[in-house]
Order: sequence, then C-alpha cells, then structure tokens
Amino acid sequence: MLKNRIIPCLDVKNGRVVKGINFVDLKDAGDPVEQAKIYSDGGADEICFLDITASNENRDTIYEVVEKTSKKCFVPLTVGGGIRSAEDINKLLNCGADKVSINTAAVQNSKVVIESSKKFGSQCIVVAIDAKKNGKNWEIFTHGGRNSTGIDAIVYAKKMEECGAGELLVTSMDRDGTQVGYDIELMSKISSKVNIPVIASGGVGNLDHLVEGIKLGKASAVLAASIFHYGKHSIKEAKEYLDSKGIPVRI
Amino acid sequence: MNVTIVDYKSGNISSVINSFKEVAQNKVKIGVTSDLNKIKSSDKVVLPGQGSFKSCIDALNKINGLIETLNDFAINNKKPLLGICVGLQMFADVGYEETETKGLGWIPGKVTKIDNQNGKYKLPHIGWNEINIMKDSKILKDVKDKSHMYFVHSYEFVPEDKKVISATTDYSSNIVCSVEKENIFGTQFHPEKSDKFGLKIIDNFISL
Repeated sequence: MLKNRIIPCLDVKNGRVVKGINFVDLKDAGDPVEQAKIYSDGGADEICFLDITASNENRDTIYEVVEKTSKKCFVPLTVGGGIRSAEDINKLLNCGADKVSINTAAVQNSKVVIESSKKFGSQCIVVAIDAKKNGKNWEIFTHGGRNSTGIDAIVYAKKMEECGAGELLVTSMDRDGTQVGYDIELMSKISSKVNIPVIASGGVGNLDHLVEGIKLGKASAVLAASIFHYGKHSIKEAKEYLDSKGIPVRI
Repeated sequence: MNVTIVDYKSGNISSVINSFKEVAQNKVKIGVTSDLNKIKSSDKVVLPGQGSFKSCIDALNKINGLIETLNDFAINNKKPLLGICVGLQMFADVGYEETETKGLGWIPGKVTKIDNQNGKYKLPHIGWNEINIMKDSKILKDVKDKSHMYFVHSYEFVPEDKKVISATTDYSSNIVCSVEKENIFGTQFHPEKSDKFGLKIIDNFISL
C-alpha cells in the first residue's frame, strides 16, 4: 500500500537555515545540510528546501547546499524558491535535487511547466500554489504571497495538471504561520479535482493537523515546518501518531 | 572492479551517482560515461532512466552504437546490468508511453499505463510503497519482505514470463517492481532514493 508522506520543510536564506531544529548537540544550527540529515535519519519521507534568499548575488548559495545535502541524504530532495527557467531547474537537478517546486514562474508563464515537464519528466516538477480565500473561492498569489493575480486556485490547479505537473504543493496563505491547521476545504477541493498527488502546506500547529490534512484534506503528503523545528515534535513521533490514527505511513 | 553508470542524457542522474559513490566508497570505482569503450570494459553497468519510455529510447539511439554496446554487454557477454525505473522498463519489447516505441527486447513483455481505476488511484504513483518479495534475488539479499521503497512512475512493466519477477508492489494491481533474469536486474523503484534499504540493493549489486 502506498504510504502518506511527511515532508519537513527548511527555509534557507543565503545558504543558512532561517528557522531550524534547535538541537543542543547540533554543531552548527544554521547548517541546512546537517538539519536535512537529522530529518532523513529520523524517517522523513522527503526533504524540502525553500530558498528565500532575496538578493541575486547570493542566489548561488542554494546550489552548494543542495549538492552537499544530496551526498548525505538518500531520500527525495525538493527545492523551491526563485526558480524562473528551465536553466534554473537543470542546475538544481544537476546539483542533486530530485524535484523542483515552481511557483511565480508557473503563474506568469505556464510554458515553463509544459516545457520543463517534457524536458526533465513530470516526476520532478512540483507546482507550488499559494492560495488565499476570497469569498467562496480561493485566489492564487505570487511572489511569496505578496501579489494577487485574480486567478482561481481550483481552475489553476487543474490547468497545471494538464501542463504536466507531477504534484501540487498547495499552501493556504491564510493559514501559513498561524498554527491553526491546514485549510481543509481548499485541500480537499483541489485534491478531488486533480488526479495527481497534492501536498498540503500552511498552518500546521500540532500532530492532529497532519491527520486532518490526509483524512479530510485528502492530501497524499503533508508538509510542515515549524512543528519540527526546535524539537517540538520529531518525525518519528509524527509518524507514530499518524499510524495510531490508522493512516498508512512508512515506519 | 569498476561499475559504470551510463550517462545518455536521459535526465537527472546525480542522485544515482551520489548513492553509488556513497556505497562504493573507495572499494569500487564508479564511472559515469557514454563512452562505448569504457562501457565495454566495465565489470557492471547501471542503466538509469527518467522521463518517458520514448524519450529514453530516443536518447539511447542518439548515441551511435550505444544500444549495440549494451546488447553485447548484457546479452552476449552476460555481464551484470541494473536498470532503474525507465532503465528497467526499456528491457521490454515495446512501450506505450507517448507513442508505441520499440524497447531493448531483453525481457519479453510490454510497458503500459497503470490502470487508475477511473481516478481512484492518483498518477504518477509517487511515494513510499512496500515491496512483496516473490523470489530470491541476488540484489534483494538481506532486504526484508515489505520493505519500503521510493516510487515515481505512471507506467508499469508487464513481463510475459512471470518467473523473472522478484518483487511486486500494490498500487491499483500487483505492479512488477523488481526483476531478475540471469545477469539482468531491474527495479521500478529508485534504490538511490530509498534510504538504507535502497542503498543495500545498490550494495548487493556492486558486490555481485
């Protein structure tokens, strides 16, 4: 039976982890490579890096991070943030990323998704959708949630599937950072509409939220950042909890 | 001993390279090449594959003499070869992804789309799934039945002779996920991304 995945996400800025796992025995708390290794040793099903480096001159730092991580972690590695073109994707894959997540560039030009999924295979193209509730619907936002687009999230999700996305990473902007749980309605609407896996993101504050994301949100995988940081919960705890709730996980 | 990973521009093979180097350390030389002479002189060959069946076959064909060299290596000289993902699928006679495409024909059978049962199963089949070990296979030595492996695919290999199947996985139906036919091995899952049990498979292959 296919297992539901738990994906810890690390925000990386200028090659350093911004919010991280605060383990006392960690030699370097800001080292993304070391943190990714802790997650993968702990049973993470995948590792996700979100590069939030703002300045262009430091953008190359992520490549080095990916290269080092892929030599130590033998689970899938997804990298997102600032990916504009097939060339960016090629560079990340060559450094050892297994998948890339494309956000703003996919909204601005869906050809990036069509061409890159043909060139590199759908298996490595994740389209990240940042959505905010607007009346009865959800609208997608770009540039880290700053710019509105007027595009309906459900319609867009379907379109991205048709363009060749292998997975959708759906983040509720309303919930992100609130720790009150995923936007279940949004997740289940998108998940029911598309035939590709949906990764739920944004709003996890406790382990029950992960259960809800899968059971009610119908997500194939759940992504979380802060509950795994500062040692609040380990990946192992999260998996054992999901298992106790009857959700198939890899233990 | 040297193991060669065939680089035929079929997509991202860095993870395959990293995992083989990790397992091999300094004991075994891991080469990455499309040079036919280097492939011929290798002890073992790894054939990765990403993207579609057609795109991988096209990529093999683009390198003059590569298919003949691989044929010599695996069929005439019977040296160990491991196909990963589409690398395994290409063992078949024919694949139906994008359009009907002739395969390497090393293991009679075809590659068809996984039946999603009217949307009941999402495709691609992405994530960790358990393998059901069907027979002793040299590459599955010390890998327990029901071990988890990482999968990413929408098409499956359906061999004619079920005796070549060393493991299956449950997704919509019993999908063939590991084969062994004499010196030819293949996994539908990605051992290079399947954590310690995946690395064990790589180790088993290197140690053959």
